[in-house]
Amino acid sequence: MKLVLPALLAADRQADRVVPPSGFTAQLTLFTSGSMAFLAVFALALSLASGRLADRWASALAGTATIRISAPPEQLDTQVAAVLALLSTTPGIASARALDSAEQRALLEPWFGPDLPIDALPLPRLIELAEASPGYDSDGLRLRLAAEAPGAVLDDHTRWRRPMAQAAERLRLLGALSLFLIAGSTAAMITLAANSALAANLPVIRVLRLVGAKDAYIVRAFVRRFTLRALTGAAIGTVLAMIGIALLPRADAAGAFLTGLGFEGAGWLLPLLLPPVVSILAFAATRAAAFRTLKGLT
Amino acid sequence: MLTNTSNDVAQGQEFVGHGKPLFLRRIRNTGRSVLPVRDCIRLRFAQFCRHAMGGHRVIAFENVGFNYGGGELLSDVSLRLAPGSFHFLTGPSGAGKSTFLKLAYAELRPTAGRVSIFDRDARMMTRDDVALSRRRIGVVHQDCQFLDHLPLATNVALPLTVASRTGDAQDLTALLDWVGLGKLADALPPQLSGGERQRAALARAIIMSPDVILADEPTGNLDWEMSLRLLTLLVELNRMGKTILIATHDMNLIRQAKSQLAARVLRIQNRRVQLAGADL
Repeated sequence: MKLVLPALLAADRQADRVVPPSGFTAQLTLFTSGSMAFLAVFALALSLASGRLADRWASALAGTATIRISAPPEQLDTQVAAVLALLSTTPGIASARALDSAEQRALLEPWFGPDLPIDALPLPRLIELAEASPGYDSDGLRLRLAAEAPGAVLDDHTRWRRPMAQAAERLRLLGALSLFLIAGSTAAMITLAANSALAANLPVIRVLRLVGAKDAYIVRAFVRRFTLRALTGAAIGTVLAMIGIALLPRADAAGAFLTGLGFEGAGWLLPLLLPPVVSILAFAATRAAAFRTLKGLT
Repeated sequence: MLTNTSNDVAQGQEFVGHGKPLFLRRIRNTGRSVLPVRDCIRLRFAQFCRHAMGGHRVIAFENVGFNYGGGELLSDVSLRLAPGSFHFLTGPSGAGKSTFLKLAYAELRPTAGRVSIFDRDARMMTRDDVALSRRRIGVVHQDCQFLDHLPLATNVALPLTVASRTGDAQDLTALLDWVGLGKLADALPPQLSGGERQRAALARAIIMSPDVILADEPTGNLDWEMSLRLLTLLVELNRMGKTILIATHDMNLIRQAKSQLAARVLRIQNRRVQLAGADL
């Protein structure tokens, strides 16, 4: 592309002039590539934003779960030992340890103040466990806990986020798929526009062939025009979409999905790739259409 | 290997009579068979000589047949256009005059036999070869097409443009003056009359100084006076050494031309091309 585009731009204007200007297809190509680039910017933003969301939620999942054991004081230590023994034989659990009373006091301090007589209260004991990858089967663990230590309750507080992280992952894929579809539609529409321009200009093409024009010359006249139009349209569409995204209200609360739509840092450079990509598409689509049309002529 | 050429050669000579050295003719017709090394070298040398001399025949038909799909239009047509010759092609309308011309500039490919354009088999020519050969063949159609959005001068210079050659502005003016269109250089083609379009088409056909000029009913839209003017231009071009073939049914034009130069008349009849006799 680096080589082709300057060559196209530098190509003699004479070659461009032999094809009569066609206002309608010109505007159609401009509009199509512009709106497609506009949509592509949003698909890209969606893809990037949902990717970030998926990463954030996935990393939260890698945290811990707790098991709360409430039992009569004389059974507490036995049950803690039983649960720890059980956890050590459960697949998917990296480590487990019981919190001591100082740690439990620290956890409760924000709620009840430092003067809480923790030893006098029938507090449950807490066991913190770190999940390995792949994770453990929480339903199975609950069943085993109920059998071994009736007072133990598993609280896998971050697990509810797993389906959401998966959804975010899917959303990222959908965003990428949308980008491909937009690219395909752009190529298809430019092919249609090029075909209509070629069909409308068949007499011109016949004259050019009659006076000794090579196919490459004729193709160049069409390809140059469509590539430049697509580039212009895509540039306008991209810039408008980027302005639109920049003007979206910023997310202050972490994880607010809709307001998190946008680009971060170097991500802002990605949409700038769209105009060149669209013009490459236009170049290839027009070229293929033109050679196909010419093949049918002598 | 070197046989099976007599029929073709005899027919060719009958029409045009420009024979070439026998050894060139014989090895020309050896086709694509495997040759001993010595013969290969001889063949290459002969080809080289022919190209260096500009070829002994510009366009040759060898047992050419053409079928549009609904029946044969031309069959077993053999003839050669020698450099500098002037031919008329005549025959009833629908007999295949235009088809014949289209075969001669590779717009159509023969369905039987062989058309050679500047000693190259038309069937073997790539699309680029065809384009290059058309820079050496000027074509004037009855309904000449132009690029209607470009002025006449640009249209006439179009063959130079597509060949990425820059023409001399003075030459272009001189050419337009020669065909009597000097004052219409900036006019758009739709503004021109039928006669002006014919002369513009002629100017466009000769701007590359082609070796051959093929004209399909060039006087079809013209009154007698204008036809004579166009004929004068073509005769003048022939005197400069151009090979000329004009398809026409205008017998007066042919008689007029024969009074000025040694033009041959070919007639298409019953799918064959024959040299017309003294009945003209």
